[in-house]
Amino acid sequence: MERTALIKSISQAAYRIRRYALRMGEVQGQGYVGQALGLADMLAVAYTHALNYQPQDPEWEGRDRFLLSHGHFAIAHYAALIEAGIIPQDELETYGSDDSRLPMSGMASYTPGMEMSGGSLGQGLVIAVGMALGLRLKKNPAFVYNSMSDGELDEGSTWEAAMSAAHHGLANLICLVDINNQQADGNSNKILGFEPIADKWQAFGWHVQRVNGNDIEAVLNAFDIARKLPDAKPRVIILDTLMGTGVPFLETRDKNHFIRVDAAEWQQALAILDASQTTGAAQ
Amino acid sequence: MSTATKKPRLTTSAMIASIAGEGQRTKAAPFGHALAKLAETRPEIVGMTADLSKYTDLHIFAQAHPDRFFQMGMAEQLLMGAAGGMAKEGFTPFATTYATFASRRAFDFVHQVICEEHLNVKIVCGLPGLTTGYGPSHQATEDVAMFRGIPGLTIVDPCDALDIEQAVPAIAEHKGPVYMRLLRGNVPLVLDEYDYKFELGKAKLLRDGKDVLFISTGLMTMRALETAKALAADQIDVAVLHVPTIKPLDVATILREAGRSGRLVVVAENHTVIGGLGEAVATLLLSNGVTPSFRQMALPDEFLAAGALPTLHDRYGISSAVMATRIKGWLD
Ligand SMILES: Cc1ncc(C[n+]2csc(CCOP(=O)(O)OP(=O)(O)O)c2C)c(N)n1
Ligand SMILES: [Mg+2]
Repeated sequence: MERTALIKSISQAAYRIRRYALRMGEVQGQGYVGQALGLADMLAVAYTHALNYQPQDPEWEGRDRFLLSHGHFAIAHYAALIEAGIIPQDELETYGSDDSRLPMSGMASYTPGMEMSGGSLGQGLVIAVGMALGLRLKKNPAFVYNSMSDGELDEGSTWEAAMSAAHHGLANLICLVDINNQQADGNSNKILGFEPIADKWQAFGWHVQRVNGNDIEAVLNAFDIARKLPDAKPRVIILDTLMGTGVPFLETRDKNHFIRVDAAEWQQALAILDASQTTGAAQ
Repeated sequence: MSTATKKPRLTTSAMIASIAGEGQRTKAAPFGHALAKLAETRPEIVGMTADLSKYTDLHIFAQAHPDRFFQMGMAEQLLMGAAGGMAKEGFTPFATTYATFASRRAFDFVHQVICEEHLNVKIVCGLPGLTTGYGPSHQATEDVAMFRGIPGLTIVDPCDALDIEQAVPAIAEHKGPVYMRLLRGNVPLVLDEYDYKFELGKAKLLRDGKDVLFISTGLMTMRALETAKALAADQIDVAVLHVPTIKPLDVATILREAGRSGRLVVVAENHTVIGGLGEAVATLLLSNGVTPSFRQMALPDEFLAAGALPTLHDRYGISSAVMATRIKGWLD
């Protein structure tokens, strides 16, 4: 596909992912929608461009593995799995309800397409190291993607895995770090400063890119570079994201781990999102 | 798991949960307020957290004593190890996170850094047992089992806001490590209706009764009291012995109450059936030749489901409605 057309189709996918996430938020009247709106562009690139998978067979051996380490971002991941055709769209109505396949925190045991049971933060990258070692041993050319949050940079396990991945030369491992500058108690830079974060990954032996995570073209290029790089190193893409992206009144709302959305605002948010999208609207 | 079937929608009461029932009397952030107050006269008290001050009510302390509050980031091993270091320098750290992460993530640091040297660290943790519908990652169903295995670690599971308020100065006074389970946010207030005062290491009989003896801890004491009231309508006379200190056990009181003949003994705890108060009491009774009819009311040995908390409390048998039914079944 020609580059401009590709970017356009990815941005339409990102719009639908945002829409699905908002609709799930509306179902429960809560959820990590600020995070989901911030991560939607990366997920759109991943699920409509970069990842190799078969929607009818989520456990297909040849698939690229995508780990959601920050399990509380599940609402975003479910939206992407709906876009990918792995979860039926009407199932979003069950989000967070009793006996749903879509619990509020992502779990492999509940949901097709979820590769790990998250919730306890800082576990994705260590699992990814093992999967990447295993794939390499099996001579399976699939990639392992680990999506994680900036809060997870605080956990020691992240850096154990980072050192290990470089030590083992895991070129089949791509880590995606969402820098939304938000954690439970406040802004990440006030909780435990991690900058200069690109330099840290570099010093740990990784190939590092840092991009605006809400610039689809930049994210797309970063994924392409990470996948095609010949070096025998793990790769990290650091994504600076804005919580609430796509819904201006949420973009500017006081930032919080749980962004406040009043009952009447879900429909308003959806309307604003739809209005911003002239083509390719989801039903 | 079933898919898109239409069901009444209940929220999962995920992170910002209060376990208070509709219309229940509550008190806001009893732990945070009690600690902030105590620290006014106790300069050695410091507060430390792993990115969960707002979710463990420690933010109240942080606002009152900003110079003695330490945000350690979401790094629970660091939190426990550094709290141990602070204690070695003469401070009394209150270290907060969720119960799952203190136990599962940081266990070795609690064991080796804090407890092996019997350091003066108070580990205070939110979301004990089944107090969130968020799934196994946040449901601390085996924290007591894990921590009971550590020599010299005192374990406290308060029932309500009053218990928490009174436990804070008591555990600060105690020399050595303490693990306390915490109810946070708007915490139910129940025990002020009884002639009750928290004393570390002491079990207290809240009400007497001749048919059933509940030996209960934590929020299950609240449930036991509700169950007792409900069963009174059926002429079933239920005693409730509250055991807020799970380790060390108040051996004398438990043996005395369980030894009174003719009562069904039911140990109730917000924890797996494995390794908690139930097994502790069973061992105590058997070892002393006290052998009443004995039942456990606790969470099953399973990874619990995600879902709405009221649904889950019913499903796993720790709601007072289900408890009353089960007691009647056992008495038949
Ligand atoms: C090991 C672990 N410690 C603590 C928590 C509680 N917790 C849930 S989300 C969160 C904030 C982490 O930061 P981040 O993932 O960047 O949050 P967000 O961007 O969603 O605000 C915390 C501390 C957890 N889930 N896992
Ligand atoms: Mg964040």
